Amino acid sequence: MTTTAARTLVVEGREIELDPEGYLVSLDEWSPAVAEALAAEESRTLTPAHWEVLEVLRDFYRRFEMAPAMRPLVKAVKQSLGDEKGSSIYLMRLFPESPAKVTARLAGLPKPTNCL
Amino acid sequence: MTPSQSLAQDLAELDLIVVLRHAPHGSQWVREGLDVALVAAAFGKRVALLFQGDGVLSLLTGQQAGPLGQKGTHPQMAMLEMYDIETLWVSGSALAQRGLMPDDLMLPVRVMDVEDCRAVAHAQLPTLVF
Repeated sequence: MTTTAARTLVVEGREIELDPEGYLVSLDEWSPAVAEALAAEESRTLTPAHWEVLEVLRDFYRRFEMAPAMRPLVKAVKQSLGDEKGSSIYLMRLFPESPAKVTARLAGLPKPTNCL
Repeated sequence: MTPSQSLAQDLAELDLIVVLRHAPHGSQWVREGLDVALVAAAFGKRVALLFQGDGVLSLLTGQQAGPLGQKGTHPQMAMLEMYDIETLWVSGSALAQRGLMPDDLMLPVRVMDVEDCRAVAHAQLPTLVF
């Protein structure tokens, strides 16, 4: 499936293409600076607590080639970061609105396929 | 617990059975079936996968995406566990016809004989066939 660019975001002098929902058109364009810029657009500030979750997401995609829906996201975070952080409440607090969608966008992954 | 008891227990706890009967890579059947299973699991449904016929080939180890650069279905198979889909049934005769052993498969499965398959049919659970 080809995604068309709806707009671009300029990060460190490079134009990064975004699809109509704000996800990266080309996943290879991602860098930590891109994540910061995407977060800043939504007035989010990324702390180390956010970054460790984004790293779990990127690892999930490397292994399974898909962005996780909420339930497997919670499970993946639990496996990597422990029971305390592997809860939907913790993730909701870090990434208000929809953790699965927000984290996938910031981590440079496609929109979660099975996300509700 | 005898095997048939553990199967009866699995059947009592399930909401949906997805049957996969096609080989991977040649068509979209395996992907579509997996997508349905994953969506149901994301909704909190308890899902079992039943691999019959060429469907057992989709569990083979050592698969690669190949020159087309398309995504394979094998990473999705590996992901089932993250969606708590852990009830995987494989037709024993389908394995035997293709000269395969459970060790040739990428995930731990339950090998089903004719009696087991009959028990699954008698349970009359919602079943989607791909």
